[in-house]
Amino acid sequence: MVLVFNRQIAAFSVALALVFAACTPAPKTGAPTQSGSAAEQPQPGGTLTFIVNAEPPSFDGHRETTFALLHPIAPHYSTLYKFDPNDLSKIVPDVAAAMPEISADKLTYTIKLRTDVKFHDGTQMTSEDILATYQKIIFPPTGVLSPRAGTYSAVQSISAPSADTVAFKMKYASASFGTNLASPWNFIYSAAKLKQDIKFYEKNIMGTGPFAYVSNTKGQDWVGKKNASYFAKDKNGVQLPYLDGYKALIITDATAGVNAIRSKQAMIEFRGFTPQQRDTLSSALGTSLAIQEGPWVCVNYIVANSKKAPFNDVRVRRALSLAVDRYAGGDALSKITIVKDVGGLLRPKSAFAMSDADLQKIKGFSRDGAAAKEEAKKLLADAGVPNLSFKFLNRNITTPYEPVALFIIDQWSKVGIKATHDPKETSAYQGDFRSGNFEVGLDFNCQEFDEPDLQLQKFLSASKGGAGLNFAGYDDPKLDGLIDAQSREQDPAKRLTLVGDIERYAMDEMAYQYPVLWWARIVPYLNIVRGWKIGSNHYYNQQLETVWLAQK
Amino acid sequence: MRRYIVGRLLLMIPTLVGVAILTFVIMRAVPGDIVALKYAGSPVPQSVIDEERQLLGLDKPLWEQFVVWMGDIARFDLGTSLWTGNSVVDEIQVRFPLSLELAFLATLLAIAIALPLGVLAAVRQDSWVDYAIRVFSIGGLAMPSFWIGILMILTTLTLWGWAPPLVFTPFTEDPVANLAQLILPAIAVGYRYSAVSMRMTRSTVLEVLREDYVRTARAKGLRETVVVMRHALRNALLPVVTVISLEFAFLIGGLVVTEQVFNLNGIGKLLVDAVAHRDYTLIQAIVLLLAAVFVLINFLVDMVYVVLDPRIRYS
Repeated sequence: MVLVFNRQIAAFSVALALVFAACTPAPKTGAPTQSGSAAEQPQPGGTLTFIVNAEPPSFDGHRETTFALLHPIAPHYSTLYKFDPNDLSKIVPDVAAAMPEISADKLTYTIKLRTDVKFHDGTQMTSEDILATYQKIIFPPTGVLSPRAGTYSAVQSISAPSADTVAFKMKYASASFGTNLASPWNFIYSAAKLKQDIKFYEKNIMGTGPFAYVSNTKGQDWVGKKNASYFAKDKNGVQLPYLDGYKALIITDATAGVNAIRSKQAMIEFRGFTPQQRDTLSSALGTSLAIQEGPWVCVNYIVANSKKAPFNDVRVRRALSLAVDRYAGGDALSKITIVKDVGGLLRPKSAFAMSDADLQKIKGFSRDGAAAKEEAKKLLADAGVPNLSFKFLNRNITTPYEPVALFIIDQWSKVGIKATHDPKETSAYQGDFRSGNFEVGLDFNCQEFDEPDLQLQKFLSASKGGAGLNFAGYDDPKLDGLIDAQSREQDPAKRLTLVGDIERYAMDEMAYQYPVLWWARIVPYLNIVRGWKIGSNHYYNQQLETVWLAQK
Repeated sequence: MRRYIVGRLLLMIPTLVGVAILTFVIMRAVPGDIVALKYAGSPVPQSVIDEERQLLGLDKPLWEQFVVWMGDIARFDLGTSLWTGNSVVDEIQVRFPLSLELAFLATLLAIAIALPLGVLAAVRQDSWVDYAIRVFSIGGLAMPSFWIGILMILTTLTLWGWAPPLVFTPFTEDPVANLAQLILPAIAVGYRYSAVSMRMTRSTVLEVLREDYVRTARAKGLRETVVVMRHALRNALLPVVTVISLEFAFLIGGLVVTEQVFNLNGIGKLLVDAVAHRDYTLIQAIVLLLAAVFVLINFLVDMVYVVLDPRIRYS
């Protein structure tokens, strides 16, 4: 039995490695990269000052969905598993003692826990805490919000067979469950605190993470200090974290953020800046600045309201995609905003992404923009709308929504489509999308992993699993079936094929909604900051335990 | 007089109730929804959105929401922020000292510039001094204070790699750090503010200088300084005081862009964030507070009139 488990653990690890093989982008060629070498010895001490450009609504990672919570608050917490901060392509145990043991039928995940983990109040962490944490996330009681509960719909029950063991019993084998155990949102909470008050963590901080809470001045800053009894050590046996503490400055204006780094009052902003802001900092700070760049698991979709004529006609929807020369757009827009790569529904070059050759066979993704535009004109004429005009709903945020929308409108104009840019502030924009009060709009999707289950949720039927997510408004049982099938497929190669089928069906055959350009992440920062690596999203790798400062 | 004061204070109540009703109605008429916004872009199912809306009481009919809110207000409970779940009093309390101090500093600066220059321009009417002062004041009116602020920051960054501190330190804790953060925004705002007051001072002093009693004072052989300062300026101050005080009230909540530029954690920024979030309770509380400040300052100005002009009596 042990042998079986070991094989499964190995298979699980290989699958995870495949899934995340592309999570760590190589530094951009020609761009300044992180200074220092791998051989550098981390120096302990110092306070990291970083920017967060929004304020967290509550302090509860289980109920919120904004990075503005993760950046200041994640350093206070641990998770069951996490992405290795030294190699973001790997998932490693955090408070777990090892990777999960998976039963032969793939319906039970047994996880051994570390026995040296303590909460900041000195109490010992046990399996009861993991149990209470995951019960709250997966089976929230009435009145408790857990927006990601659906991600764990394959879980039937959770148990704690012993103080250092927790077990997840599945309803069916799920391809993404292992990955989701490394979700950066799943902070480990104290069972005692949750029992006292299930909403304790909405306004309080008490975790097992590398930094303990010090203070929070609303709208201004968040301060944490080193947790001296943190359980983790680095590969040389040095106690983590290296830093004495951190201060997160809340700076909502992007220019003020640039000025904060330029005046060296802040060292880094982990989400990212635009190319122009990078260049401003680069010319002002010269060699004092390091830059990491890479792809981002964020994308804009063109969404046509398939409940409204003429967008209920697949020819019209396909024409809208065909008219947009994404490759030309990527070249031009990447110079002024944070978009770059052309891709399908999964991030380009990620484990489940289509090959470039396959992608270019999909309508609208060909490199021959002129021929595609001719085809678009023909389709519009066939559909009886050669001079189509409509309002193009957009978010009134400059980066990257406005330049991307203007590019698309310009492309459409070349096939006779007259689209009027209709930018609205986020609240009204979301309201229009959710109520179906739009014709065509520019939607967006940002995820914490390159995981098909997450990326494809927006493509489920609008009246079922895609309610509130699928703004195109269609119901398509065939597509639901395809998405469900890939979710249950355990073999990564077969899953890749299934995901490809979904992409061809959703983006080409039915042309429901389709990506424009994938985002690109640019993080310029003071080069004294070491030990932090850019990942393919701004959600994970924010515990900061391996970050250190070269000069203090 | 006492009856007048009590009457004025009581009149504040219907004014503030009117403001409350107007704010409530206007905000509900604006499209958008706090819950949809909170989960914008996240794969959150509709059931979660509906559940959160219910938790926040937004599923109730508007009249019921209004009655509940007014009931809370009557008990001096301004409620909790829909966005953060914190008491709105706490949210405002953190930001108010900074906004108040910035408004105070800018007003002080504006008075220090406006009164002497306004009087000088009037006394030296149509001389080069008058022209120079008028150009200076028109510059203040023409240039938005946030733009002046941006120029200041860029200048200090380019020349010395320095920008004002990003974290507010109360004056009582560390005056140097406090002024280091607030002096540039105070200058940026105070300059524009002084331009308005300067022009007002100039024109009212000019008007007063043509009055018979000023001619009489001069005929008595009084020194020009005494004539201007004691007889002309004091009588010219009524409209100037009105402008200065209303500007002061405006500054407490109206420096949104300047607060953004300098990353100041003030009331204006809080209000704009609250509107963007559709945080109804917080918006209503801030607007009520700002309205109360306006009403109170107006009242105080009326009281100051009595001191400045003994001819004015309220009954």
